[in-house]
Amino acid sequence: MTDIAIVSYAQAPMVRDAGCANEVELIMPVINEALQACGLARTDIDFVCSGSADYLQGAPFAFVAGVDALGAFPPIKESHVEMDAAWALYECYLKMLAGDIDSALIYGFGKSSPGNLPEVLSLQLDPYYLQPLCPDSVSLAALQARAMLDAGRCTREQMNEVVINSRRQAQKNPRAQLRKPVSQEQLQAEVDWIAPLKKSDCCPISDGASALVICRESQAREMGLPYARVVGMDHRIESHMLGFRDLTDSPSARNAAKSAGLHNNIEAAELHAPFSHQEILLRQSLGLSENVDINPSGGALAGNVMMAAGLDRIGSMAAAILRGDYKFGLAHATSGPCLQQNLVTILEAA
Amino acid sequence: MTDTLNELPPLTQDFELGFTYTRSLGPVLSRFLTGLRDGQVLAARTRAGTLLVPPPEFEPVSGASIKELEPVAAEGTVLSWCWVSQPSSSAPLNKPFAWVLVRFEGCDGAMLHALAADAKEQVHTGMRVRVRWAPERVGNVKDIACFEVHKQ
Amino acid sequence: MSSNPNESAGPVTMMQAPLYLQYRFTAGTSSLSFLHAIKRGRLIGRRCPGCESVYIPCRGSCARCGVATCDNIELTDEGVIDKFTVVHIPIPNNPIKPPFVVAHIRLNGADNAFHHLIGEVDNDKVKLGMKVKAVWRPESEWDYGLDNIRYFKPLGGEHD
Repeated sequence: MTDIAIVSYAQAPMVRDAGCANEVELIMPVINEALQACGLARTDIDFVCSGSADYLQGAPFAFVAGVDALGAFPPIKESHVEMDAAWALYECYLKMLAGDIDSALIYGFGKSSPGNLPEVLSLQLDPYYLQPLCPDSVSLAALQARAMLDAGRCTREQMNEVVINSRRQAQKNPRAQLRKPVSQEQLQAEVDWIAPLKKSDCCPISDGASALVICRESQAREMGLPYARVVGMDHRIESHMLGFRDLTDSPSARNAAKSAGLHNNIEAAELHAPFSHQEILLRQSLGLSENVDINPSGGALAGNVMMAAGLDRIGSMAAAILRGDYKFGLAHATSGPCLQQNLVTILEAA
Repeated sequence: MTDTLNELPPLTQDFELGFTYTRSLGPVLSRFLTGLRDGQVLAARTRAGTLLVPPPEFEPVSGASIKELEPVAAEGTVLSWCWVSQPSSSAPLNKPFAWVLVRFEGCDGAMLHALAADAKEQVHTGMRVRVRWAPERVGNVKDIACFEVHKQ
Repeated sequence: MSSNPNESAGPVTMMQAPLYLQYRFTAGTSSLSFLHAIKRGRLIGRRCPGCESVYIPCRGSCARCGVATCDNIELTDEGVIDKFTVVHIPIPNNPIKPPFVVAHIRLNGADNAFHHLIGEVDNDKVKLGMKVKAVWRPESEWDYGLDNIRYFKPLGGEHD
């Protein structure tokens, strides 16, 4: 148990192409919204950390240009991770635990529309054995889906159920990108994309940005702010060699969840599963019961802003707790091919 | 001056980013890729006696340095696969193909590569495949042009 | 084992790993007014509603205040040299032959500076604070870019 409070979360609408919005124009509205929602001024924030990857839009130093959205004068303390902003939150979490800071602003942004995202993501692979072959992210996920199906860890119908649930939940989320309901019959009739995956099994390509504010519980109480308490956070990784992993299991997610304080009273989970079979894999690996409400925001299948989607899982779960929907929640973020890196956050109502 | 931003048409520009990296290989990768150039698949021998392809630089569980590599047969078994019906220009094959994870004969671990096949129906988990060597080899994972069906 | 003519060559110690990615860039909203204006030979910046600083080209925010810039401001093509350097190193594919001067130009009325070239003056006569004026390409060559200006030259008079 920590004394870290999530007091604010803002998310831009997730769209296929943000068009004439540069990184500053994507980031600034959500930062201002997140700060205004909790009433903290820029000068009250001890530390800012962001997550983004310049390869997505092909703009070197876009992550530096993004700082123009912060009003970084007089100079601020600021950091960046070339990962999903969930890991930027993790950096802030560690600095809070170490006593270095008492509050932080975290933001993530991704503009994937200028490039060919599934191919750009091959840049995150091992550069000797994998990257020269340029395997795209959907193909690698499809290998994992086949392994799941072959091993009897999921069925085609269960994968369809994941998609149906995502669309159903996303109808409550005005910022979701894919919200059109689908039926088991429609999904069964859909043609293969990269077999065994169909397009509906894959997250959409999304542009967007998100921001989140944390502070000490004592400060949140003094200011009369509603908040969700961070019980714990941890992350683990699998081998970077895909052929040396059991693709049907996620020991890294399980270990991270255990270390973060996973318990039996979890009522809802936001799982960062960019592909339908990965939601089933994560549910199994984390041992979540049938009663746990999965992805009340619609999850990554309803919109997946690279470098913000993991933070969105945490922000969405915190927001659901603040709304009073749940008392205990789990949020998971992933990075890399086939759920290579997994970060789990356990949250609870204050 | 009045702000007429909403009336301005968007401006776009196509561009290419190129990275002309040359990577140094280190002792394990150097030997493995030299092997591929010479038409030979080399496996890492772990201290427990198992063989791993592709050879990692360190043993996955113990973290011990890999010291020994030895040749294995250039054939194996498909552990998982997916079917690419519309290959992109960067794909290893320019007609529909399968990505496969292949476990080499007598080895642990699996290697990712392309499998040449005429149709999805020819591919299944557990099928036997063998290496199809590239006609010109330079010391790169693409010295394996792809895998092909191994009819015994 | 298959035969290979390279087999007698030494061990492979390096690997070529070239990589090419295609993108389509779309200009940001606040860049649009600048780009459309410079196509017509005019210079448009934007103003911060808080501190009233003027930025050209503008990326949509006041980096000091962290707020969105608002109205467009037209500026002249005259300013001062904020910083400069003399480049002696040839840059591959750059048609400009060294030595040449690259400067940060702050236009009159602007609070930031942008990169450009300095011409029509000996390199060793360039000074900080020197007043300069744009030398434009012929109108027929104008496109959506700052290179519609060929370079900046010293304003006649005080430095001659």
